Amino acid sequence: MNMKSLRFIIPLGVFALLVFFLWRGLRLDPHEVPSPLIGKPAPSFALTRLDDANATLRRDDMLGKVWMLNVWASWCGACREEHPLLVEFSKTKAVPIIGLNYKDQRSDGLGWLNRFGNPYDASIFDQNGRVGIDFGVYGVPETFVIDKQGIIRMKHIGPLTPDVIDKRLMPMLRKLNA
Amino acid sequence: MRKLCTLVLLSLLVFGAFAKDAPNAAADPALEARMMRIAQELRCLVCQNQTIADSHADLAVDLREEVRVMLRKGESDEQVLKYMTDRYGDFVLYRPPMKATTWLLWFGPGVLLVGGLLGLILLLRKRTRMSDDRFEPDEVDGLEGEVRS
Repeated sequence: MNMKSLRFIIPLGVFALLVFFLWRGLRLDPHEVPSPLIGKPAPSFALTRLDDANATLRRDDMLGKVWMLNVWASWCGACREEHPLLVEFSKTKAVPIIGLNYKDQRSDGLGWLNRFGNPYDASIFDQNGRVGIDFGVYGVPETFVIDKQGIIRMKHIGPLTPDVIDKRLMPMLRKLNA
Repeated sequence: MRKLCTLVLLSLLVFGAFAKDAPNAAADPALEARMMRIAQELRCLVCQNQTIADSHADLAVDLREEVRVMLRKGESDEQVLKYMTDRYGDFVLYRPPMKATTWLLWFGPGVLLVGGLLGLILLLRKRTRMSDDRFEPDEVDGLEGEVRS
C-alpha cells in the first residue's frame, strides 16, 4: 500500500471509529446506572403492609423463595404506564411480587391499587423512603429480583416492558428456580 | 433612605420565613458546612449533572438529611461516601476512584496527548530528513496567476 492511499484510509478509519462510538452513545441510557447491589444481600427491612398498618413484613420473611420487589408510588407516572403489564404478568403466578410503596400516602396508594388493579402479593409502605435509599432507588418504578438466599440478582430501572420480561426477567426466574 | 431601609428589612423578613425550612442549618452551622462539602462530591442520580448539594430533587433532599444524620452520629466522611457508593455505585462520586476499570478514564486523556505529541514529533523529524524535491515547490506570488491562466 502506498502513502497516497493511506492518506485517505486513515481519516476514513478515524471517521468510522467516531461514527461507531457516537452510534453506541445513542443507545446508552445514562439513567440506567449499574447497581452495586447485584450479587449482594438485599438490605434488611421491616415495614408495615400498605393495607394493614399492624402487619409487618421483613426481608427475612421472604427467605427460601425467589421473589420480585417492584418499587412504585401513586404519584409516579411511569408506574401507571407499567401497571397494566405488571397486572397481566402477576396473573402468570411466575413469582411472588412484593410492592414497595415509595414515599406515598397510605390512602393514595390504596386508592391507586383499587382503581388500576393490584398485581402485588403484598405491598409494603415506605413512607419516608428510607428503605428505598437502602435499595439504591432513584427513579420509580424499579424492579428487583431476589433469590432464595436473599441475594439481589437483577435490577431493572424504569417501567418493565414485554421485552424486559421475556428476555431478562423470565430467564432469570427460570435459572433461580431451577 | 427610610424607604430603602424598610425595603431591606422587609426583604430580610422574607428570608426569615424561608429559613424556617432549614432548621438544621441554624442548629449547627459547622455540621451543615461539612454536610454540604460532602454533598458537593456526590452526584444526584435524578438530575445527573447536579450535585446533591445543588439539587432540589426529593431524593437529594433526603440524601442530604441522611448525611446529616450520619455526621451527627459521629461517622467519618469516608463512611458517608461508602454508604453512598454501596447503594448507588461509583457513579455517585464526582471524583471516581482509581481502579482497574477506571484507568482508561483517568489516563486516557494523558495517553492521547502523549501519543499525539509523539506522532507529531516523529512526523516532523521524518520531514526534516526528507530531501527538498519531495515537497511541492512554494507558489510564488504574482507568478501564480500566470501559471494558472
